[in-house]
Amino acid sequence: MTKAKRSVMLGRFLFAVAMAFAAAIPARAELKITLDQGVTEPIPIAVIDFLGAGPQQQTAAQIATVVRGDLERSGLFRPLDPRSFIEKISTFEALPRFGDWRTIQAQALVTGQASLLPDGKLKVDFRLWDIFAEQQMVGLSFSTTAENWRRLGHLIADAIYERLTGEKGYFDTRIVFIAESGPKTKRRYRLAIMDQDGANPSFLTGGDYIVLSPRFSPTQQAITYMSYEKPVPSVFVFDLQTGQREVIGQYSGMTFAPRFTPDGNHVVFSYSRDNNIDVYVEDLRSRRPTRLTADPGIDTSPSFSPDGTRIVFNSDRGGSPQLYVMNANGSNQQRISFGQGRYTTPVWSPRGDLIAFTKQFGATFAIGVMRPDGSGERILTQSFSDEGPTWSPNGRVILFTRTTPGHRGAGGVSSIWSIDLTGHNERRVITPGEASDPAWSPLNR
Amino acid sequence: MRIATTIKLGVVVLAMGFLAACSSTKEEKPQVSGPTTSTVQPGSQEDLKVNVGDTVYFDFDSHAIRADAQATLQKQAAWLQKYPQVRLVVEGHCDERGTREYNLALGDRRAYAVKEFLVSLGVDANRLTTKSYGKERPVCSESDEACWAQNRRGYSLVVGGAGS
Repeated sequence: MTKAKRSVMLGRFLFAVAMAFAAAIPARAELKITLDQGVTEPIPIAVIDFLGAGPQQQTAAQIATVVRGDLERSGLFRPLDPRSFIEKISTFEALPRFGDWRTIQAQALVTGQASLLPDGKLKVDFRLWDIFAEQQMVGLSFSTTAENWRRLGHLIADAIYERLTGEKGYFDTRIVFIAESGPKTKRRYRLAIMDQDGANPSFLTGGDYIVLSPRFSPTQQAITYMSYEKPVPSVFVFDLQTGQREVIGQYSGMTFAPRFTPDGNHVVFSYSRDNNIDVYVEDLRSRRPTRLTADPGIDTSPSFSPDGTRIVFNSDRGGSPQLYVMNANGSNQQRISFGQGRYTTPVWSPRGDLIAFTKQFGATFAIGVMRPDGSGERILTQSFSDEGPTWSPNGRVILFTRTTPGHRGAGGVSSIWSIDLTGHNERRVITPGEASDPAWSPLNR
Repeated sequence: MRIATTIKLGVVVLAMGFLAACSSTKEEKPQVSGPTTSTVQPGSQEDLKVNVGDTVYFDFDSHAIRADAQATLQKQAAWLQKYPQVRLVVEGHCDERGTREYNLALGDRRAYAVKEFLVSLGVDANRLTTKSYGKERPVCSESDEACWAQNRRGYSLVVGGAGS
């Protein structure tokens, strides 16, 4: 994923040359990570067990573990084993002995301390150090309620990521998904939510009825999903604050494949009416539906562009499932996928520049991306069954469902995987049991 | 018609068998012999499954009613005429070789295709509702064509009437 571009090292190497050419290159360029290239060379980073007095000591060390975990899973960093550290930092205010950290090949160092505030909140101070430049790059404090200590780790990891890549991090986020259990023929489905790193999982529905395709509202306060709770399978909205759920609208036929619009005031979805499946959008305030497509084919899986002006969707109107883009009011429907195979589940990137999709060709399913005009198609993953991409809020990482083939009477196993936009850093996401249909939350802030 | 008669007789026999078990001294002569569908309640799901066929199958990514499905649905239509109190939920199902949302749509189309075919044979549309399960309720969980062919189906679920 990532070219961990060590401008620092380069700077030192070229020092003599630079001098000869009147120092055109800064002698002490900063540590920097370039995200656009696909070279895998994670940056060695040392994260000390954060300091803490008395009962905070253990929590402080656990926060550092959260930071290391986030950084490692990003594929951009290689957290070094704390047992290899030469300098044992015991006070937060002292300058590190940079030579000691260079000796163990660390290029960056993270120090921190946790303390309890008078109001009972937990506070963490941390610093990010550039070992070669011998400079502090970031120094920040975060505080939150004590039981939310993991969030402090994610906020620190986000700050490090942002400082070194120049882009927003995605660690202080959550994932809503479908927890699956039981045999395929009698599968149990529960709406579930957890932190991005798999911590704090909880179930929002009990498994008495099928639930599918959950997606976050832009404010993160609600989830829209499809449920078989009522006789007609329908789109619901689940309010995370109150725990209440309700069907949207009055529809005689099945409604499915829901997503919030970027303003959070509407849900766009498919509605099956009189043997025709079209894309509709419902205003959640007026409860008024508007029909956006009228083609006799299947029109489904609508996803808005982040600026709210366009919708990408899936249609089989041309004979096989392909991707189409239209204006937000349904006008100007244009096919954008023309490659070999069947294209489904398009999802517009939060950056607006790409559309992720599932592509089925031959015996495999793949996750890929293309530009909104259909150009620049790239396949990122491929397996017996990969489907249903969802973007990290910074548009750099994609989660999807991978299912293994079933054999000898046993059904395949479904799990959530992640892949970087570069096509590198494919890994399984920890979930409580089998899982599918992940949807990444927006940033917490 | 003939099947129905047999079944009705079978029910009578069963009832008598039950009585016989209660009062063992009573002697009764069996009035019928023959077909073994006697445990099946007329107009029930079991009746539809055993004597008519409650499932039709589809080709990959298709909702076209195949010739073999037409034969089954003609029998279903006749059966529905015989049991006017019966209503059906036609379930549309898919194999796993499609994405979840697309398969919900495809399953919906299959269910509608079955419904429309039955309506074309004279079944009152108000007796038929449709429900798509996409690929979420397979009957077979292995990943091969034999299994997928079983999962690409329209299933007629009996509601109302004698069987429920």
